[in-house]
Amino acid sequence: MAKQLNVALIGNPNTGKTSVFNHLTGLNQQVGNYPGITVEKKEGICKLARGVKAHILDLPGTYSLNASSLDENVVIELLLNKKDKDFPDVAVVISDVENLKRNLLLFTQIKDLGIPTILAINMADRMKRKAISLDIPKMEEHLNTKIALISSRKNQGIDYLKQLISDYKTISTKPCVNASVIAPEYFDRLRKAFPNQDLYKLWLVITQDVNFGKVERNEMKTIASFKTESVSNLKRLQQKETIIRYKFINDVLKETLTIDTANAKDLRTRLDRILTHKVWGYVIFFAILMLIFQVIYNWSQYPMDFIDASFASLSEWVKDTLPSGALTSLIAEGIIAGLGGIVIFIPQIAFLFLFISILEESGYMSRVVFLMDRVMRRFGLSGKSVVPLVSGTACAIPAVMATRNIESWKERLITILVTPFTTCSARLPVYLIIISLVIPDEKFLFFNLQGLTLMLLYLLGFGTAIGSAWLLNKILKIKSKSFFVIEMPNYKLPLFKNVAINVLEKTKSFVVDAGKIILAISIVLWVLASYGPTKEFSNAEAIVTAQMEEGAFAKADLEKQIASYRLEKSYIGHLGKFIEPAVEPLGYDWKIGIALITSFAAREVFVGTLATIYSVGDDEEETIKKRMAQEVHADSGKPRFNFASGLSLLLFYAFAMQCMSTLAIVKRETNSWKWPMLQLGVMSGFAYLVALVAYQVFK
Amino acid sequence: MKKTVAHLQKGEKAIIKDIATDNVPLKLLEMGCLPGNEVQLLQLAPFSDPMYINVNGSHLAIRKETALHILIETPS
Repeated sequence: MAKQLNVALIGNPNTGKTSVFNHLTGLNQQVGNYPGITVEKKEGICKLARGVKAHILDLPGTYSLNASSLDENVVIELLLNKKDKDFPDVAVVISDVENLKRNLLLFTQIKDLGIPTILAINMADRMKRKAISLDIPKMEEHLNTKIALISSRKNQGIDYLKQLISDYKTISTKPCVNASVIAPEYFDRLRKAFPNQDLYKLWLVITQDVNFGKVERNEMKTIASFKTESVSNLKRLQQKETIIRYKFINDVLKETLTIDTANAKDLRTRLDRILTHKVWGYVIFFAILMLIFQVIYNWSQYPMDFIDASFASLSEWVKDTLPSGALTSLIAEGIIAGLGGIVIFIPQIAFLFLFISILEESGYMSRVVFLMDRVMRRFGLSGKSVVPLVSGTACAIPAVMATRNIESWKERLITILVTPFTTCSARLPVYLIIISLVIPDEKFLFFNLQGLTLMLLYLLGFGTAIGSAWLLNKILKIKSKSFFVIEMPNYKLPLFKNVAINVLEKTKSFVVDAGKIILAISIVLWVLASYGPTKEFSNAEAIVTAQMEEGAFAKADLEKQIASYRLEKSYIGHLGKFIEPAVEPLGYDWKIGIALITSFAAREVFVGTLATIYSVGDDEEETIKKRMAQEVHADSGKPRFNFASGLSLLLFYAFAMQCMSTLAIVKRETNSWKWPMLQLGVMSGFAYLVALVAYQVFK
Repeated sequence: MKKTVAHLQKGEKAIIKDIATDNVPLKLLEMGCLPGNEVQLLQLAPFSDPMYINVNGSHLAIRKETALHILIETPS
């Protein structure tokens, strides 16, 4: 069997590392999590020459081995732990040709760890436009490594990189920079205390505040006890180290890199002049947001109608084809109806992820951070909170994780606490179906009224997030230094392949994760709705027929009346009736009440739940929307979903904290149950109140 | 008065002289914000905060409060 080679891709953010990873592995990749933490772990397999397979690990982007976030810790933990099963046989440092100087800092650090390190200089296609020329052989000599000049955009140089990876054994492991010159005496003592250890490695262990896992823990403990230097002294030494590394890099680049600035064409400056303009910058940002929401609403309408209809006929087909019985109705009424409630939202979610990944890939997101920082700070947030708040429109879970690069703990905590107010894609199903029921499909000026309502709901989400941030900023007494550094990457045309893989990956995990919950809940609901505790349930047919004979309703309605009587007397009916007093003032009946409760597992369950409840005992092929429209008020005979109850539902979903996964993530990121419990209580309580007021005012 | 990055005019260039290390994160230094390197102010957000600078080839945005700790000298 051929030996498997471990390769680690390392690099600064915005160097096209993920594109290189995609080129090397194709679709042969999987995304998981590092054990115990929520940092995304991307790995894949790449076939090299002579049947060798390389296991490629795409490590989180980092500027140096001095970690300041969880994502960066992952890199250091791996590189310092030779016993880790992913410990690289060879490291590939991906760098950006335009930022070589800064990128080489990380390269020298990794090389000094004694790992064979290949330098891949990416974006070589930009060299001509930027009038950059490199003396590669000379650079290889100075850095004592092999260099691949690649362009992940044009798919150039990847084969050469693969070849270098297969020949990794020929690469020197000699360090570039002797870090011990920064404090010779101190390093001398270290050397004497740990004669068998690599000095630079020791230095990193001492300076990093990283949990190195179970392996080598004892050994690490003794090393950590060597932290005799004071913290500020250590920091000063780290700076010294940075300075000597840059000195080395400058010397190398002086001989190998030339930039003819006169010939360099600069698109960045021109675009920045508009996109970060004091007025136009904001106008453009809001225009882009508007566009996104209009598109999500209008374009996805067609595939959604198609999916809705397909599931209705699938359910019908199953009923007709399979022998009738409990199992068939479980499949047709429970599972298919429930799953239809999630599959229908794939188009919208895919569109949303598409836009978000385009905004991030193009480099535009950093400009938004720049524009918004001052405004956001007023509310106790950071410019970097914009990324979580915007990506929170897809899902709060990755959004909460995206707060990790916010330097100040207070700003970060507030961002985490308010992010669940932004309209996530799980709310979208609820919004869409209710909007289509209670808001007329008409034009107001140029805007579709339904699209406008959706946009208002998104704005409401953002507004509430910002407002509560302001409040939290006043209430929370946390002192923390607020550092703020963000790189403004070059503008790039988003690569189709990267965007496509991203959209596919995210949509898939949304559907699978949500699908699992929904499937389970659908089955439970169906069972609860199909069986009842009392005799009234089993004798439903006789009781209702008797009512008909007494002249309570016409014979044509018999079947429907039996079905609804049964539902009322089923387990779920009893449960629903029990909670009805609590939801009635909001304008809901017990069926919606059940849907509200199941929604606390995940919001998108709402539609599936109603679909399951409404379809039990119904023989006709119908879409979810139609069924909801047909629901009437028991007393007045008016539609159950009218403007007042619809508005009340929309507002309830806008504010309530109904997502167990988000609560779990918040617990993990804040390391305390206090904050997620606060979210659950305050948000849901507020939601109830607002929904109550809205219904009472508009009814 | 000591001149700092916060005092630069849009488009103006200067050389970094010193950095008040306790108030500037290591990350900024690693991105090339070191004494002797050139810094240029590229763009300003409203209220001159944050500041979009080019230092040593890195394009970064930093807050004014951080910029105040980066001392510069302008060629006169």
